[in-house]
Amino acid sequence: MDLKQTFDIASATDPGMVRSHNEDSVAADAANGLVVLADGMGGYNAGEVASGMATTVIITEMQQMLQKAQPYEVDPKTRQQIGKRMVREQVLKANTSIYQAAQSQPQYAGMGTTLVVCLFYDNKVLVAHLGDSRLYLARDGKFKQVTRDHSLLQEQIDSGLISPAQAKNAQHKNLVTKALGIDPSVEPEIHEYPVKPGDIYLLCSDGLCDMVDDEDIGMAVQTFAANLEMAASHLVQMANDNGGRDNVSVILVRVLREYPAARGVMAKVFAWLK
Amino acid sequence: MAKLILSMDGLVLKEIPLTKERTTIGRKPHNDIQIDNLAVSGEHAVIVTILNDSFLEDLGSTNGTVVNGNAIKKHFLQNNDVIELGKYKLKFVGEAAAAAGGEKADFEKTMVLRPSQMKAAAEQAKAMAAAGASGAQSAAVAARAAAVQQVAAGATAAGIADKDHKLPPPAPAAAGGRPAQPLGAIQLLSGANAGKELELTKPLTTLGKPGLQVAVLTRRPQGYFITHVEGANRPAVNGQQIGPAPTALKDHDVIELAGVKMEFFLKG
Repeated sequence: MDLKQTFDIASATDPGMVRSHNEDSVAADAANGLVVLADGMGGYNAGEVASGMATTVIITEMQQMLQKAQPYEVDPKTRQQIGKRMVREQVLKANTSIYQAAQSQPQYAGMGTTLVVCLFYDNKVLVAHLGDSRLYLARDGKFKQVTRDHSLLQEQIDSGLISPAQAKNAQHKNLVTKALGIDPSVEPEIHEYPVKPGDIYLLCSDGLCDMVDDEDIGMAVQTFAANLEMAASHLVQMANDNGGRDNVSVILVRVLREYPAARGVMAKVFAWLK
Repeated sequence: MAKLILSMDGLVLKEIPLTKERTTIGRKPHNDIQIDNLAVSGEHAVIVTILNDSFLEDLGSTNGTVVNGNAIKKHFLQNNDVIELGKYKLKFVGEAAAAAGGEKADFEKTMVLRPSQMKAAAEQAKAMAAAGASGAQSAAVAARAAAVQQVAAGATAAGIADKDHKLPPPAPAAAGGRPAQPLGAIQLLSGANAGKELELTKPLTTLGKPGLQVAVLTRRPQGYFITHVEGANRPAVNGQQIGPAPTALKDHDVIELAGVKMEFFLKG
């Protein structure tokens, strides 16, 4: 099913005010309802290699997989949902590629990347993430964080060692507990959420949420809702105005209408006629 | 390069880079660092710098040389040492610390904390807490310190440069807030609400009618900007239609939007 008419997607990525190069990577495929954002790290300039590999591998592999199977279907044997399995497999594949490159090429040693993947299908969104890149949702005038960071800071908050207010000024914002390409295997956190028309999803690297308060991010997303391109560039600008100490990347996805999966022969014909 | 910061009563007078092998300190004018104060001897002390190391030596001065509160004859200078000469203070900033300014950004480089390290850190913290180290606060600090130490060790092993774990924490990101800037406001010049004034205190203010024509006024450190968001027609500033990019607003600019004229002005 072609979802091109269903979503309005805009993205922006910027090295920020301090760093000389951009280690973030963003990719979107509106027709398949797929967006990927990765924030690379480690190695000598290898962060961008890791994040680039992550987005490329996941986008291209997913495109092939989606031609063969429908993500909403359930595997009759394992009773597992195909979409979930598909995304997990591609994330693992990207992990292996990055890990092997890092092992075999000395200049890539230690590289890795955070990741957020969103796959939209059947009025739902499947979210897989690793590390401290985030997904936010603006719905009905409210703006909230969907993913929970895999970071030392988040664990400290969860265990009650520090309050979210203290976390803002905490020292070790940069330590993630999970990432792609660091270890031979990894388990991405995958969840599925229902989607409503009018929702705006924001994927961002920590360069945005470290520099700009959630409240201000939410306000910008909602104010510029009518013009996502402008919203994306404004978010980057806000991070840079506040110092822009890290690479800043955002992807915005607005859901324009419902997109139920075309089940059954008639529905498929109807979808094809549309 | 290492340097000395000369101050008196907490007031910084000057910074002196240690470029020479011998840097002399004294009251007489031929010294590299001349301090014209009777408490300072003519030839008071000398700093010998060899590669990255600096040594301070008292040259038999009348009142002696004090480093960090202790009178010394010869002293290997460490970062942040304070040399006292009468009322004057010379703070020594070592090579690494002086160079660190440029590397600060690296402190925020994302690094991975492996689960094994987390566990070790957590256990260490638990042990600390169990030992009754005064309350949760210190346990948190301990956990953090332990975790970071672990990471630093892990990073070295993994070949990740870990030059940052010793550095001081960066200034809090958003805590600095928006720098002080004059507050802007708009006053409606036409339409039903003519004369009404609106202060632009928020970072973003939406103007216009949704679906018809909407513009946003953004408050940035550089000043105020107007951006076209939606609608076939773009707003005009001083009779000139604005482009697709944000346009800077000057004091007393007249904005025309959805048939309504308004004036932008800065409040002192």
